[in-house]
Amino acid sequence: MNSAQIEIQLIASLVAIACAIPGTFLVLRKMAMISDAISHSILPGIVIGFFITQDLNSPLLIILAALTGVITVVLVEYIQKTGLVKEDTAIGLVFPALFSIGVILIAKNANDIHLDVDAVLVGELALAPFDRLIVNGVDIGPKSLWIIGTILLITITLLIAFFKELKVSTFDKGLAASLGFSPVIIHYGLMTVSSVTTVGAFDAVGAILVVALMIAPAATAYLLTTNLKKMLALAVIFGVVSAISGYWLAHYLDASIAGSITTMLGLLFLIVYLFAPSKGVIAVMYREKQQRTEVSLLTFLLHLKNHNEIEERHVNHLQEHINWQRVRAKTVLELALKNNMIIVDNNIVSLTEKGDAFTSKAIDYIITNEDAQIEDMKDDFFLFRG
Amino acid sequence: MTWEIVMKQKIAVKVDDLTVAYNYKPVLWDIDLEIPEGVLMAIVGPNGAGKSTLIKAILGILKPIAGSVTIYDKPYDKQRQLVAYVPQKGSVDWDFPTTALDVVTMGTYGSLGWIKRPGQKEKKAALEALEKVGMLPFKGRQISQLSGGQQQRIFLARALVQNASIYFMDEPFQGVDATTEIAIINILKELRKAGKTVIVVHHDLQTVPEYFDWVTFLNVKKIATGPVKDIFNDDNLTKTYGINYKVSIQE
Repeated sequence: MNSAQIEIQLIASLVAIACAIPGTFLVLRKMAMISDAISHSILPGIVIGFFITQDLNSPLLIILAALTGVITVVLVEYIQKTGLVKEDTAIGLVFPALFSIGVILIAKNANDIHLDVDAVLVGELALAPFDRLIVNGVDIGPKSLWIIGTILLITITLLIAFFKELKVSTFDKGLAASLGFSPVIIHYGLMTVSSVTTVGAFDAVGAILVVALMIAPAATAYLLTTNLKKMLALAVIFGVVSAISGYWLAHYLDASIAGSITTMLGLLFLIVYLFAPSKGVIAVMYREKQQRTEVSLLTFLLHLKNHNEIEERHVNHLQEHINWQRVRAKTVLELALKNNMIIVDNNIVSLTEKGDAFTSKAIDYIITNEDAQIEDMKDDFFLFRG
Repeated sequence: MTWEIVMKQKIAVKVDDLTVAYNYKPVLWDIDLEIPEGVLMAIVGPNGAGKSTLIKAILGILKPIAGSVTIYDKPYDKQRQLVAYVPQKGSVDWDFPTTALDVVTMGTYGSLGWIKRPGQKEKKAALEALEKVGMLPFKGRQISQLSGGQQQRIFLARALVQNASIYFMDEPFQGVDATTEIAIINILKELRKAGKTVIVVHHDLQTVPEYFDWVTFLNVKKIATGPVKDIFNDDNLTKTYGINYKVSIQE
């Protein structure tokens, strides 16, 4: 690995971390699309800033672009508040308009300089190490590294300082307002951080990828944990892993770094989406099957409880009485036996004391409560689950 | 309770000429309301009568277009510490990655102010509140893994931890099982015994005389307010719900 390669990976990793932190809150606030809007509509801010400063890494440019980002949010909310269109429509109206102004500005005025539409969309991470920051004649590293490093530092400081406020206003806006933590201030604070991060990451990864880095790691982490701090940590880890593995994928395929990082983000999400222990697709399918079997079990036990007649409780007749297929009937019978809820004597099924107690309790709960969650009860009674 | 005693009572919440509008359509129209200290009050009225809106406007969550609210004769901003709020259960995302204990701890954030983090003292208060509502065994549970009644108790515990003088609750009995309803009303009665003022948006007219001692009838305009035994009658019910109010009772 040469030093340029290390620098690229370092920049990509810092960008990933800086994006994952606001991204986590955007995902929890169901505002993922807003980050897409910001990433596109800051373009005119960048272009105008670039005309003024002639430097893609100037602080003025970052401030101008971040301002455009906040203006986007304000415009979206304003249009939405009129009640004439829905929120997603408002987003879809605002950002293409601002983005296209940026595109026209570039096409009209920036033909001969280092700013083109391709670079804006996917960034030029490979070129980042060539733009050095030189202080007193000493080369102290790539400019983008310093910029994203500074942004990340500010983001982390704000996160630590206002973690509690961010959490409460994200979870329960009404409570936050009644406690005196203005949700409006926190909302625009988050929007400003998101905008600044987007601008800082823009040069490295471009408008499309920046959205992926904000949303995908947080969405992946959301499937794996039920703890906000862990979700933040996981999002950061996923971001960095994708950034570094994406870089090497691009290296071996000789492809775009930005594209490869996004591919890795997508792959990572897909894997977690399928295999996450409790929220993954497979786990959910398994749980639904379990639930179905257990509901059948309860129905079966209730049938036994309601019928004392021998013919209603004969193993061979159960099938026709409850109208189940053979396999299902067999599964349910076995589950009941395994859990000591029934005994089979001379092919006649009867409830055990435990089976009787469980049935009464479960039915009683389901009838008196609106929600039919007998999960806690299952923990008390079941040796084996369905 | 005679009127002389009532008149001597301190006024906990005073609402003057309050008007609230959503998109220019008024949902509360010139409300004047005085809530005496120490009552357990129900706000009743049909759907869309502005019951939740009234609470939200008192708490500064919604900005009224006219009128003022005072808590013990001072503006709400200065008296925040005295007030606790239990929003409707459906107003938050229960899939949010957090635990029961953490949600209850949020009740302590108000007294902490900006930036300061909750410490051992806050954690202890939160655990005690959980114990009080009978949810201590569920403290580490992710909130989506709780039943509707349990979620409501968590919200109640979060309000208790604020150790306020005035409690506002938006439909605390909605979607809870019978056991939870009794548990909640017992806690509310305990609060009143301790001299707190409790204001509840309530839907079930049948239980009003049993649960509450004070009632406000609301349907965009205020219709009546006072002791349940004096004003909870056919006349006010008809004024609030229209001629078919008996149907809504049966519902």
